[in-house]
Amino acid sequence: MTMMGLILLVLVVFLLFVLSSVASIYNILVGLRNQVKNAWAQIDVQLKRRHDLIPNLVETAKGYVKHERETLENITKARSAAMGAQGVADRSKAEGSLSDAMSKFFVVVENYPDLKANQNFLALQEELTSTENKISFARQAYNDQVLGYNNKIQMFPSNIFAGMFNFRQEQFFQVENADERQAPKVSF
Amino acid sequence: MWELIAANKRKSLIIFIAMGICLLTLGYCVGMAWLGPDAGFFGVLIAFGVWVVLSLISYFAGDSILLYTSNAQAVTHDIHPQLFNIVEEMKIAASLPVMPRIYIIDDPSPNAFATGRDPQHSSIAVTSGLLSGLNRDELQGVVAHEMSHILNRDISYLTFAGVMLGSIAMISQIFLRGSRFGGCSSRRYRSGGSGCGQAQLIIFIIAIVFAILAPILARIFYFALSRKREYLADASGARLTRYPSGLASALEKIGFSNIKLSSTNNITAPMYIVNPLQADGYSGIFSTHPPIQDRIKILRGMAGGASYLDYSKAFSAVKGGSGGIIPSAALSDSASVPIRDAGVEKEAPKDPKDKTRETIDLLRAVNNYAFLTCACGLKIKFPKNFAQNEFICPRCGRKHEVPSSNNVLAAAVASAIPAKPVTATAYGVSPQVYARKNVGWESFNCSGCGALLQLSPAFIGTSLACHSCGKEIKIR
Repeated sequence: MTMMGLILLVLVVFLLFVLSSVASIYNILVGLRNQVKNAWAQIDVQLKRRHDLIPNLVETAKGYVKHERETLENITKARSAAMGAQGVADRSKAEGSLSDAMSKFFVVVENYPDLKANQNFLALQEELTSTENKISFARQAYNDQVLGYNNKIQMFPSNIFAGMFNFRQEQFFQVENADERQAPKVSF
Repeated sequence: MWELIAANKRKSLIIFIAMGICLLTLGYCVGMAWLGPDAGFFGVLIAFGVWVVLSLISYFAGDSILLYTSNAQAVTHDIHPQLFNIVEEMKIAASLPVMPRIYIIDDPSPNAFATGRDPQHSSIAVTSGLLSGLNRDELQGVVAHEMSHILNRDISYLTFAGVMLGSIAMISQIFLRGSRFGGCSSRRYRSGGSGCGQAQLIIFIIAIVFAILAPILARIFYFALSRKREYLADASGARLTRYPSGLASALEKIGFSNIKLSSTNNITAPMYIVNPLQADGYSGIFSTHPPIQDRIKILRGMAGGASYLDYSKAFSAVKGGSGGIIPSAALSDSASVPIRDAGVEKEAPKDPKDKTRETIDLLRAVNNYAFLTCACGLKIKFPKNFAQNEFICPRCGRKHEVPSSNNVLAAAVASAIPAKPVTATAYGVSPQVYARKNVGWESFNCSGCGALLQLSPAFIGTSLACHSCGKEIKIR
């Protein structure tokens, strides 16, 4: 093999190596971005699950909490508002007020021992607690995915190509209302 | 988090390769000692082959074997909603693609394990003792710890390493025991083979020394690997739940419970969250799990947050030095992983009798018992093969139809198989009576379901319950 031929061969191999690295970085970034989108959609899945459970809760409780019509109505109204809200800001506000209405309802339930002992209600309460947990874990998982994706975009060597291929940083899920950070306080 | 998995894969690979070198060297020495100085390579091949076969079996069937030997029963959402929900919550937090299968082991000692070769084929098992002893937050901590094992690919690593350890132990045992008969004198049929010269003897001695050392070395590596992974699972679990105190108090309850797990042995023991076979205080180089006190102290020391950096800090505070548990690449998430508040405990603390009853009912549900509540308030629980059509409540005398799912007779009628004849069976009226013919082994058929019942010479009781339908039989 001639000297020129050898140099050419080395160059070609190097070029192939660079191209395959770029391709793999691109694929990894695409995968991570899709995971972020999926995690966002998962939050919606849990929110919808909560919407579906609430009518059962209201029906089960209706027979027992005869004098708490207002509380039940608040929940139903908040639920319709949450289902109808459009746009991210509106929706998180509506979902926040739904969470508020439900926690107020559970405070009220403490005064009704018959309802507390009802098997259906207990099962529902477990499902609702679990749904609230799942909503917060879904948000947590979304934030973790965003962290991983942002890290990959900003770290070397993928940061070189991220801008080139138009991969942008994603936003973390923030609690909008500072009041929401506090657990509802109950005083008697 | 993903950097953590990648970095741990690398570190474990190093330990793994060290064990592999042990295995292959052992194969080489054994090959040389048994088959002549030029057959070392052949020995290596055989050692490697043994390891590959065992690995394939354990990789594909390992989790089923483990679940079967522990007598685990599958759990669905209907059987235990709370456990199912907790696992589902952790699955969401960990972004697992598929829900792990959940199992319950009937045992009063609190413990749990996870198994499965990758996140798509994973299973988590908990004991009934764990379910009755822990509250929701603690249960969530334990499930998060087990799920971290799945997520960090600990199980496939420890399986491969464990199989390697087993192969090393097996080969060295075969060599050490077989060498009494083999060795120098087995050269009879080999032409041109080496005689029992000095060189051969030296090779033999080296091989024996190595056969004794290799398993010990391999064990040390394996246990170091296992302990590191346990700390990492603690860290990942605390991060998933954002509540380290949950796992800490669960470990306190598990570690200091005096009840021993009955259905385990040396092979399945390391897979549990707390090794059920190793005594409470034991924490030397041969322990599969780090000492519980340390694990609890580290978790409780994570006051600042629930991230890996906080765990690292707490770890150095307790043990001194980072221990290489968490690689630096994964410490970048220190930013803000705040600890959440404790989950609100909505139920009043339960009477232990109620909890035990709940757990037993749960096991019955898993084993296909049918439940019926009589109008007088008595709860009647039918086993699976109950062979009567009607049952009379012992408290008030009301008649109940036996649910068809648990009624062997109804099933027989439905499938047009001739049913065994049944005697009149109001409660307490004329059970089957069997008169013993002599004092040796005897067998007879149950008149309710036709099952074969056997009486041993040692049986001196006056009544017996049929093992398949529960019918009472008097023995005279």
